[in-house]
Amino acid sequence: MSFDPAAIRAEFPILQREVRGHPLHYLDNAATTQMPHAVLNAVHDHETKHRANVLRGVHTLAEESTEAYEQARGHVARFLSARSEEVIFTSGTTSAINLVAHSLGNTFAEGDEVIVSDLEHHSNIVPWQMLRDRKGIVLKFLPVTNEGRIDLDALDALLTARTRLVSLVHVSNVTGAELDVRAVAEKIHAVGAKLMLDGAQRMAHGPFDLPTMGADFYAFSGHKMYAPNGIGVLWARQEILEDLPPFQGGGEMILAVTREKTTFAAIPHRFEAGTPPIAQAVGLGAAVRWIESLDQSRAESHLKALTGRTLDGLATLDKGRGLIQMLGPSGTQARMPVVSFSVNGAHPHDICQMLDGFGVALRGGHHCAQILMDCFDLTGTTRASLAVYNTTEDVDALLTGLDQAISRLT
Amino acid sequence: MAGDIYEDRIMILSQDKTHAHRIEKPSASATVDNPLCGDRVTIDLRLENNRVVEASHHVRGCALCAASATALCANAKDEDIATLIATGDQTTAMLKDGGAGPKGKFEDFAAFGPVAGYKSRHSCVLLPFDALKKALGARGT
Ligand SMILES: Cc1ncc(COP(=O)(O)O)c(C=O)c1O
Repeated sequence: MSFDPAAIRAEFPILQREVRGHPLHYLDNAATTQMPHAVLNAVHDHETKHRANVLRGVHTLAEESTEAYEQARGHVARFLSARSEEVIFTSGTTSAINLVAHSLGNTFAEGDEVIVSDLEHHSNIVPWQMLRDRKGIVLKFLPVTNEGRIDLDALDALLTARTRLVSLVHVSNVTGAELDVRAVAEKIHAVGAKLMLDGAQRMAHGPFDLPTMGADFYAFSGHKMYAPNGIGVLWARQEILEDLPPFQGGGEMILAVTREKTTFAAIPHRFEAGTPPIAQAVGLGAAVRWIESLDQSRAESHLKALTGRTLDGLATLDKGRGLIQMLGPSGTQARMPVVSFSVNGAHPHDICQMLDGFGVALRGGHHCAQILMDCFDLTGTTRASLAVYNTTEDVDALLTGLDQAISRLT
Repeated sequence: MAGDIYEDRIMILSQDKTHAHRIEKPSASATVDNPLCGDRVTIDLRLENNRVVEASHHVRGCALCAASATALCANAKDEDIATLIATGDQTTAMLKDGGAGPKGKFEDFAAFGPVAGYKSRHSCVLLPFDALKKALGARGT
């Protein structure tokens, strides 16, 4: 196991390119991470040597493709210390949450309650609002603290005997705040409710033991963890999945179909209707192996150091003027490498545009979290989000560019 | 850097708040949103015989949007509606098809020429014109 940022960087071909005459400083990793050779090659290898539809085929390519697809599932399961049957391939976090909102949500009755929070990405709000409109459930929101964390003190007052599900963001894509899952899981289970986590921003940061963490459902996207677009995962406990009705119907998810009725396949295939994104799943399998190959504790300290450098750098730039307002925890504890801020008098899009001129890729706007923006009376923030291939040069390019942007725009 | 977009004239226009207010009892008024970035522009007009007596804006948006709203409202006085619409069309053509951009009283809009190279920002410059058109379209006769 090794951890050498320069060597890691060299594994990502896109990071060699220039943008507007500058080396690319890619700090938009919360939106999408880049892919290393290991992943690109795995996808290319699959598509050029083994491409075929999965399941049921008896020719060689179909068998190889099926094996590669199921192997990828196995790699993801190992990453999460879970069982392969518990790993359902979806097209991403959004489709995983929608799957639960339909399959589990359809078992809810009018007046049943779902709790989310003001910190959620729209993909963990809109499916529940749609369920509310379909089934007459009650949707409740946990507030956020000034540090941009979910206010867990408010949970007791919201949980009732009617609570069926609590669905929360594991790591915020705006503030980087990491949820203390163990602190909430027991309370939620005590009222007989289930806990779902949106893990989109957690997965790039190394393997972990999901079953013991206390969640019942877990959703994430490949493209935020060095894997291709179009693949994601819904994990759920086997005993829950066994009882859950399917979401979409079609091929690949059946045992037998007659005019009268269909018997469904066992899990996980019961939830994978239609031809799945096969090469993308293979890429995801390669991505988890690539993440596993890193020295996890050094990767974590590298990212904490860069996050700290960003936070300190922004404070220095501000020079006590109160110009830069941070949205998120003040330190690096229980926080992933996402840093959001707003600059008085400068619009996030103008900042991002000017920084693009220095080769620095940032994201500005509401980050699909308009409720959170409203809580802080903001229309948007500028966000820098880091991945293992980022270096101090990337952070310093951000700070230098931002200094110039601020003096130009304010 | 993208300094070519944020040249001095644009920054001066964006920071000029002379016309950033609401008009009481406007003859025409409309608000439009840019769903891409959440920006919002309101344009208020006081009209007499199809000529502008006063124009004002309220912008929650980026520097380009604010500069465009100023360039529009600061120069609209005494102009007829057709001229304002034509200015919007010329600005659109400048951004999208390499047109020369408005001349004369509205030549401030020529300062947005470099934005042509940044497609995602065209709508920032054009949003005040969208609000203008919506206001005129909704106006009672
Ligand atoms: C926290 C969080 N949840 C959900 C999503 C949605 O992911 P996807 O668009 O891949 O479905 C994102 C992506 O931005 C995210 O950051």
